[in-house]
Amino acid sequence: MKFFEKIGSIILGTLRHVIDVVALFVDTLYWLICGPLRNKFVKGESIFAQMVFAGVGSLVIVIFVSFFTGIVIAMQSACQLARFGANIYVAPMVAVGMARELGPVLTALVVAGRVGAAIAAELGTMQVTEQIEALETMALNPVRFLVVPRFLALIIMLPCLTVFADMMGILGGFIVGVFNLNLNPYRYFTFSFKFMAWKDVWTGLVKSFVFGITISLVGCYMGLKTKGGAEGVGKATTLSVVTSFILIILFDCLLTGLFYFTQQ
Amino acid sequence: MGAEVVIKAENVVRKFGDRTILNGISIEVYKGETFVIMGGSGCGKSTLLRHLIGAIKPDSGKVSLLGQDLSVLNEDELDKVKKRIGMSFQSAALFDSMTVGENVSLPLKEHTKLDKNVIDIVVKMKLEMVGLRGFEALMPSQLSGGMRKRVALARAIAMDPDIVFYDEPTAGLDPIVAGVIDKLILDLSKKLSITSVVVTHDMKSVFSIADRVAMLYEGRVLEVGTPSQIKSSKNEMVQQFINGSPDGPIKFFQQKDDYLEQLIK
Repeated sequence: MKFFEKIGSIILGTLRHVIDVVALFVDTLYWLICGPLRNKFVKGESIFAQMVFAGVGSLVIVIFVSFFTGIVIAMQSACQLARFGANIYVAPMVAVGMARELGPVLTALVVAGRVGAAIAAELGTMQVTEQIEALETMALNPVRFLVVPRFLALIIMLPCLTVFADMMGILGGFIVGVFNLNLNPYRYFTFSFKFMAWKDVWTGLVKSFVFGITISLVGCYMGLKTKGGAEGVGKATTLSVVTSFILIILFDCLLTGLFYFTQQ
Repeated sequence: MGAEVVIKAENVVRKFGDRTILNGISIEVYKGETFVIMGGSGCGKSTLLRHLIGAIKPDSGKVSLLGQDLSVLNEDELDKVKKRIGMSFQSAALFDSMTVGENVSLPLKEHTKLDKNVIDIVVKMKLEMVGLRGFEALMPSQLSGGMRKRVALARAIAMDPDIVFYDEPTAGLDPIVAGVIDKLILDLSKKLSITSVVVTHDMKSVFSIADRVAMLYEGRVLEVGTPSQIKSSKNEMVQQFINGSPDGPIKFFQQKDDYLEQLIK
């Protein structure tokens, strides 16, 4: 009986978190859409500051990760394709793989680790030092003031970063293709774009948009519900990264399934 | 006193899990007075304060602020009431990512349509009141504890509120700074006729600033009265508390008989 009780309480606990995150999402959309109608705008400067932090600040590491991933896919697939004498197919393999899957997912994972953790830690510290409460007593809604700028920054910047990741991945594959597999550079690109359709790019961008929502909401939620001093902030940060990672992979699977079964 | 009642709590009950923090509290605070809520740690002082400012809703009972019942207000109306109160937090709760000046100007920037130059002047005036003019550009982390509390005070009065709440304004400060803060609270209520509600267990400041004092114990109001009434109170708990004696009806240690039992269990 104990065993089932435990499972039940875990399920109920998870369900409560899900409901709370959805409530935060609704609240965020409310302030984003209805806020301006009630003459309560979100400050442009704080959105801009968050965009610089989340986007520009993550650019170098995203470029780094995706460039080397491009090289790795090229080398791994070349090894297999060489058996069929189909070396040139490395080009579309890298391009489609990056655009559809690895660009959005790797970027999201990097940003979840860097930005999501920072959001959770910052809001968590604000929560345990009464700063969130101070905002509320000044009649400033924490969702409008703290969550919406971070939310907007991530849903704008994550697709932008993904575009960079796609390009850098393709560049990495290109370097392997041209210098190691001795493919003609011009042919490499024409072949890449012959196979890579617009759909590959936009499905990837839709994914990264969803990941942006996920990372910002999970980070903000974990931060805002932090309890118990420094230890609580540490827990919130860890939990936000772990939850974001799991949700990113889960949503990736769901969205890939969606695009896969609706492509007819 | 026939003065106008600005804060009224009626039979406020609040439970956290099995623990009853507030057990039917009723108080009234009159316009312009300095009302002190005192009591031992964990007696529900801070929780009561959070009910008074509308941050927490009571399980049962009613809180009215400036003549409005907080439980029936919608978010916009509650915000309107909140703009007329200020709160100085125990930990100062300054925004780490903003300078002192930005901290003080934040409510003005958000809630008023004042010109930036006007706001700058108001910020300077508020900082002057707490003796910190010229510190606008510093970050909160560069300030000492006492200075942070004074900035928090400047922020609390930035909107020229009708009521200011102080959560342990002198806790953890040296006696001189504590005295300065007490004087500031007095000045504010005398000069600007602000109603002040102070939560503290610092006896020295209780008797130097209070017009009236309420003593809380285990979620109930033990006694309300002027400082001199409290001083001459016949209630043993009140006497023990203001004299700070370890022996008395308020037990700090648990009963000795089950101590042995718990040790060998």
